[in-house]
Amino acid sequence: MTKKGFLSSLRSKLQGLPPSDIDERIGFYCEMIDDRMDEGKSEEEAVAEIGSVDDVVRDIAKDTPLVKLVKEKIKPKRRIRPWEIVLLVLGFPLWFPLLITFFVLVLVFWIVIWVMAIVTYVLEIAFAATSVAGVVAFVAYFLNGQTNYTALGASVMCTGAAILMVFACIGATKGSIALTKNIITGIKMLFIRKEKGDK
Amino acid sequence: MDAQLKKGVLDVCVLAAIKDEDSYGYKIIKDLKPILELSESTLYTILKRLEESRMLVVRSTEFEGRLRKYYHITPTGLQRLEDFKNEWKELMDIYAFIDKEDYH
Repeated sequence: MTKKGFLSSLRSKLQGLPPSDIDERIGFYCEMIDDRMDEGKSEEEAVAEIGSVDDVVRDIAKDTPLVKLVKEKIKPKRRIRPWEIVLLVLGFPLWFPLLITFFVLVLVFWIVIWVMAIVTYVLEIAFAATSVAGVVAFVAYFLNGQTNYTALGASVMCTGAAILMVFACIGATKGSIALTKNIITGIKMLFIRKEKGDK
Repeated sequence: MDAQLKKGVLDVCVLAAIKDEDSYGYKIIKDLKPILELSESTLYTILKRLEESRMLVVRSTEFEGRLRKYYHITPTGLQRLEDFKNEWKELMDIYAFIDKEDYH
């Protein structure tokens, strides 16, 4: 890829950012490519070392606050024509519920992920409690002159399950955190890229 | 590494890279390469953050017919480096304590 191609592709994919931010970013990557070429690298090599445009855009999305993107999005780029206002108002019953639905769906998805994590914790507590209860029951039977091996066996099994569940808890928590981060990046990407000129 | 801790360490690394003389983006990346792999996007964020907290100032200088941005450390930035060294000593004490606890 040529330097020009890289920079113009980057510019078109960053349309959701404020214009001054875009210029600064482009200037930064332009300098980075130039400096590599001064070192004797070919244009192709220099651009390749920066990485793919999509990776760069993703990195930028990650460290741009969502508030900034939303602000830029709702700021009109040009004067809104009267008929557009009429359409917006008339269409309100249509686009507003759709917008709300989108955010509710994302929220529900996110809650479901965390509920799964919470379920693993609840199971962990249940297994731990059963294993203690089993021992208590065994002792209680024993004091009454009976030996209840079922209670003891259940206790041993639940102890084992509880130990295994610890790993499930750790996994579910880490997974949920990672997914939460991905969802946020995903939403940001929608704001950055959903403009004209994107293939 | 903990994200917050890493953020702080990266900031200090970049400050250290411009401590003795002003430097520019690609040179910072090359100078830091032996100790850490820094991507362009990461460096941009760090430089921006350091500029906003007035630990460095930026000036554009003409270089072979194009503009190149040079980063210059401020007294605040130098102070941050000193503070970090002291914080690190405290952290090492904590580390020694944790390490000792492990073997008891």
